[in-house]
Amino acid sequence: MDVLEKLTILTDAAKYDAACTSSGGTRTAKKGYLGNTSTSTAGCCHTFSADGRCVTLLKVLLTNRCVYDCKYCVNRRSNETKRAAFTPEELADLTIQFYRRNYIEGLFLSSGVFRSPDYTTELMIRALSLLRERYRFNGYIHAKAIPGTSPELVERLGFLADRLSVNIELPSEAGLNSLAPDKTKRAILAPMRQIQTRNRQSREELVKYRHAPRFAPAGQSTQLIVGATRDTDFHILRLTQGLYDRYSLKRVFYSAYVPVVEHALLPAKDVKPPLLREHRLYQADWLLRFYGFRAEELLDENNQDFDTRVDPKCSWALAHLDFFPVEVNTAAYETLLRIPGVGVTSARRILSARRVGPLHIDNLKKLGVVMKRAQYFLTASGKMAEGLRFTPDSLLRGLIAAERPLLPQQEAVQLSLFDQTESA
Amino acid sequence: MKRLLAMEIFYYYDGSFDGFLSCVFDSYAHKEIPAGFFSGEDGICTLFDSRTVSTDPDHAVRVLRKVAALSPEAAVLLRRGFLTCLPEKELYLFRLTAKLLREGPGFLHNRSDETLFPVIRAVQHLNGEVHLLKGFVRFSDLGGVLGGEIEPKNRVLPVLGGHFAARFHNERFFLYDRTHKEALFHVPGRSVIRPLADFRMAPPDEVEARYRLLWKRFYDTIAIKERENPRLRMNNMPKRYWGTMTEFQGEDWFKPRSSPGAASIPGAPDGRSAPGTLPPPGPSAPGSGP
Repeated sequence: MDVLEKLTILTDAAKYDAACTSSGGTRTAKKGYLGNTSTSTAGCCHTFSADGRCVTLLKVLLTNRCVYDCKYCVNRRSNETKRAAFTPEELADLTIQFYRRNYIEGLFLSSGVFRSPDYTTELMIRALSLLRERYRFNGYIHAKAIPGTSPELVERLGFLADRLSVNIELPSEAGLNSLAPDKTKRAILAPMRQIQTRNRQSREELVKYRHAPRFAPAGQSTQLIVGATRDTDFHILRLTQGLYDRYSLKRVFYSAYVPVVEHALLPAKDVKPPLLREHRLYQADWLLRFYGFRAEELLDENNQDFDTRVDPKCSWALAHLDFFPVEVNTAAYETLLRIPGVGVTSARRILSARRVGPLHIDNLKKLGVVMKRAQYFLTASGKMAEGLRFTPDSLLRGLIAAERPLLPQQEAVQLSLFDQTESA
Repeated sequence: MKRLLAMEIFYYYDGSFDGFLSCVFDSYAHKEIPAGFFSGEDGICTLFDSRTVSTDPDHAVRVLRKVAALSPEAAVLLRRGFLTCLPEKELYLFRLTAKLLREGPGFLHNRSDETLFPVIRAVQHLNGEVHLLKGFVRFSDLGGVLGGEIEPKNRVLPVLGGHFAARFHNERFFLYDRTHKEALFHVPGRSVIRPLADFRMAPPDEVEARYRLLWKRFYDTIAIKERENPRLRMNNMPKRYWGTMTEFQGEDWFKPRSSPGAASIPGAPDGRSAPGTLPPPGPSAPGSGP
């Protein structure tokens, strides 16, 4: 089988992994080595695929052969699909040649479980060592730690990669038991804990010795599949919060389940992937990481799923109207962040600008505040936007209309239905 | 300042950053406020008073030093602002400088300030374009030398050059800017930007065509059909960038040239050095200094 065919099979098998970021790398250009990692905090997208997702890394599987039989997965043992495997040389050559042409920021290597987790990880280590040592590759590498791999091998993998990830995939143990019988919660969490501990130790060592080797300097991430099981948004968000709090994850990715197989335990094959739900989870994820929100503020036992009509921050604001309006000239940073339409950047700009003089409503747009949403929730020098009149009903409609152009097309149709019921 | 506000005076200069700074110097020396700036072949207008400012590196350094002493951020804004495609950028930058000298750096904290905002927005546009191009630039391996083309709105090369020079410091490469007709040349340890009137990429050899095809295949395969969203893709990656990206090229781009060695390495138009070797010393492109 030639490399073009292998690439096709092993890319197709890897595409459902949502993680494709290159942020957090610390590699600077080194003499005699090729490449560095992106210096900006945002990472670097090299292209966007037809589904609009960022492509930054060469995202492939080492092999799609797999001894596991997870029901939701295209690569499961029982699926009749063409199997292939890269040799370490082929993979290293592709990475280097793509990197030189600036197609990619680095490599994202994942794999099916070939023979055993240990055997597979050893193959991955061989490929990555070749890339780092013989080809002197100094770009970004994201490697998957396979649940059940022995700690010694995870350790070696961590010194070759910038970021490691262990995919949880199914957000509850019940889901795991029914859909991924070969995986256990313990086997998934063990390497996550190990990566967290080693990463912290390595950073402590770096303070003492400048040339101490770095263990997964860009931290670790994971992925949760949304919509394959019946888990609620509240459950997923609390799990996410726990992962950020207790495992110091850099990112949790959500992947709307795309039905790839007919199975009694899974959504039918004609069910559309729940893109809007995935979108809402990402919005809430940002609120947890950058806006000081807690999962329990956004959802609770009585409201277990996100409002599809407005984003989670607007939803929170609508439920806490007594908190508003906020006066932008005096409010604390944390309070500014609670205003829909004010983000981390615009909140900082407000802090900086109000040191020079009092702010007025017409200044805010230039500071990056999205007034379509924010106007209902703030005052500047005691005044709201001129001519603004609204009731709770028209407020909700205004917020829905403000977000609509930004949502995926297919969902917009669904939203207009809500609109009619709303105005009726 | 003397009362010259009622009279329109226009400045002619050579279009370089140093030239612009010399204009700022002269406006203070002559106590006048320029109403517009012209450079190069911009039509000469005799209706109004004008002054031709000759570039004086010494004057330029003095102005920039003064600005940097008041605010290092303002000096960066001037440098970057000068690379933007903001119409009448010199006028906006002049006003910013004048306000800085008059009032001190306090207003720079307020992004919504009417003098600062147009400049900062233009610079953000430039920075945004640089950020996107860090990802969207595509190189081809032309017999060991990497070559690429871009078509940006702003003059991104002086900023973008640093990124690629660090990343590919061992490589020899060039990057041609179609819009501003200049190219960045890099050999290990050294980069320069030189004007280059025309450039045409030669067809690929077997190996290059092969990697182009591999990349195209990867690109087409990585998308999830059920999630197709052309509008999202276009928001993230505006179409104006597609013209120079491998994955959006027609069939010919992936066909190797028939007889190997028939075409010469591109980027070496008549009388110019081949890419990868530094061109002979000559006038550097405006603003391409360190």
